[in-house]
Amino acid sequence: MSLTATPLGKDLTGLEPLSADQIRVILDTAEPFKEITARRVKKVPMLRGKTIVNLFFEASTRTRISFEFAEKRLSADTVNIGAVGSSVSKGETLVDTARNLEAMSIDMVVIRHWSAGAAAFLAARIPSNVINAGDGAHEHPTQGLLDILTLRDHFGALEGLRVCIVGDVLHSRVARSNIYGLVKLGAEVGVCGPRTLLPAAIEELGVTVFGHVEEAIEWADALNVLRLQLERMQDGFVPSLREYNRVFGITRQRLERAPGRLLILHPGPMNRGVEIDSDVADGPHSVILQQVTNGVAIRMSVLYLLAGGAPHLAGAASSP
Amino acid sequence: MLIRGGRVIDPAAGTDGEGDVLVEGGRIAEVGTGLDAGSAEVVDAAGLVVAPGFVDPHVHLCEPGWEHRETIRSGARAAATGGYTAVCGMPDTDPVVDDPASVGFIVAEGRRAGGARVFPAAAVSAGRNGKQLTEFGEVVDAGAVAVTDAGRAVESSVLMRLALQYALSFDIPVLAHCEDAGLARGGVMHEGVVSTRLGLRGKPAVAEEIGAARDLALAEATGGRLHIQRVSTAAAVNLVRLARQRGVRVTAEATPHHLLLTHDVLASYGTEFKVDPPLRTAPDAEALREALADGTIDCVATDHAPRHYDEKEQAFDDAPFGVVGLETAFAVLHTRLVRAGALALPALLERMSTGPARALGMEGGTLAPGRPADLVLIDPGLAWTIESADFVSRGRNTPFDGERVVGRVVRTMVGGETVWALDEGA
Repeated sequence: MSLTATPLGKDLTGLEPLSADQIRVILDTAEPFKEITARRVKKVPMLRGKTIVNLFFEASTRTRISFEFAEKRLSADTVNIGAVGSSVSKGETLVDTARNLEAMSIDMVVIRHWSAGAAAFLAARIPSNVINAGDGAHEHPTQGLLDILTLRDHFGALEGLRVCIVGDVLHSRVARSNIYGLVKLGAEVGVCGPRTLLPAAIEELGVTVFGHVEEAIEWADALNVLRLQLERMQDGFVPSLREYNRVFGITRQRLERAPGRLLILHPGPMNRGVEIDSDVADGPHSVILQQVTNGVAIRMSVLYLLAGGAPHLAGAASSP
Repeated sequence: MLIRGGRVIDPAAGTDGEGDVLVEGGRIAEVGTGLDAGSAEVVDAAGLVVAPGFVDPHVHLCEPGWEHRETIRSGARAAATGGYTAVCGMPDTDPVVDDPASVGFIVAEGRRAGGARVFPAAAVSAGRNGKQLTEFGEVVDAGAVAVTDAGRAVESSVLMRLALQYALSFDIPVLAHCEDAGLARGGVMHEGVVSTRLGLRGKPAVAEEIGAARDLALAEATGGRLHIQRVSTAAAVNLVRLARQRGVRVTAEATPHHLLLTHDVLASYGTEFKVDPPLRTAPDAEALREALADGTIDCVATDHAPRHYDEKEQAFDDAPFGVVGLETAFAVLHTRLVRAGALALPALLERMSTGPARALGMEGGTLAPGRPADLVLIDPGLAWTIESADFVSRGRNTPFDGERVVGRVVRTMVGGETVWALDEGA
């Protein structure tokens, strides 16, 4: 099994370790997979005989289902393991869980874990391909990739594109993956939010910091609006959701003052009326549902490439 | 025994020159040149450095309660391997060392260990709960040399003031973990660009600065003896320097890992670099090295904290803090500071022996006639590779595994008895 010879290496733990070319290969390979999703029979045999474990230590609906669709549409055999009701909740360590899975001869693991670095930790200890589906506040590379693919769909080129990430960057793995990916591809990246929710020295990742959402709207071509979790208010990062909406919420009034037409992304799930108003989420600026559609194509692309698929054959292989 | 022809460095006396050391009845009898061995055994120290044994003010021996990590015996012997003749054991065991019986247990086990002398520190507060002072008088009578809540700041300023005041009656220092607990809570590494990149919760440098400022202010106000444990930030170094100039009775320690490593080494989530306080920035480490050279930091401490390999073999958030250091401290500092020209050898030896012995009132740190013969023979040119598998300590969790180093303790003597020698093996 010479899986390390794939264009991505053995694993996808994040976008930070990837080159711009590697990211482009994933995006380009996703293109033919978009079309499969539109077919009546949404299945191709590329991963037939491959066993994939979806190992979710944290609850997830959207990401888990998106991976599962991607795996099934590629004809892989999949097993879902959640933290609740599995050996994980009985105190088994991550190492032991991994070794047990390995002993059952699996090919790939998709892991979601609350600890930053958990995916890389697993990747270093098992020969299977490991795909990070979110590790703590570190990275969520497939989300970053699907956001970038959605931006590319709309703007064509990413070089010089101005994308501002708005909200709770401090706790966000989505923000980090977007920053790493977009900066590598030549986009300009901004972050905007109360300083309590921006991590230390974030400027050193090559981003511009906006303290006022109006400035961000004036500057940006697209906004990626992050979910503000209710716990953040309980932990005191913001005094109230009402004030957050008033000062940092993406509202139609604010967008109307933008010099051009802004594209609005949101990784979901949304808190309507907090970080984003409903008339924005449901309005003409929003590509939120297209993100979800692209998510399946991106995950198919990543699975296909890590399984040793050749980028230039994805189109041919997926034709009916 | 006559140790003949070595480079004898006695930081306590400020002497450095070729000479002999005569040991009689377990004590230093004479230091000089051309001493007559008489019928005594002669040890040829040509090419070697003869110095006071090292004294570590900050060691976790883990017994009772955590014997899978270390025992008093394995820890004291690991210490001897690294050239230490005295160590101060922290009280964060299970149960906590907070009464005369548990202090007595450490003292008794230490005597049996056959390694470095073991001096216990007792907890400031019963059970390290931060509420009620322990009986300082009782624990001192039982053999404690200091009090500390080890690895935990005394959160209440009221209790910290009481501790510094009450300790005056027994002339012992309070060893302080300086940290604003609220600001540091939940942090697993230094808060900065690396923690941001990795998505890990950071401990901000300002948490240590606030803790140090508070404890120094309380020491100044009370006249109490404060020893600041493992200083890690440039700001805290400055506070110590200024306080010392004002006459505050403060001593301070730094560890080899904080002196030599920065948070950049964490880039791939290596749990072998997870320590508390965390590895900081390059300017912080530089400030520590300057402070070690100018004496603002007067002690090297290892904060030797053995961990079982299973404990470190976890996701970064879940792995415990701590590294071992007793068997590597001299070699890494000698290699990276002395041989690099950043620190003179006598200064390093002073910070590793005389300074800590004075700070905590422990035996050692001198070659003065009449004192116990606690000394080391060092081969300053011996090149070797740090191999954690060869450690005498039960802990293998070193951040320096595989490192090529130059300079090694080849013999350690406690009270005139050889407790470790290189040719005799570990």
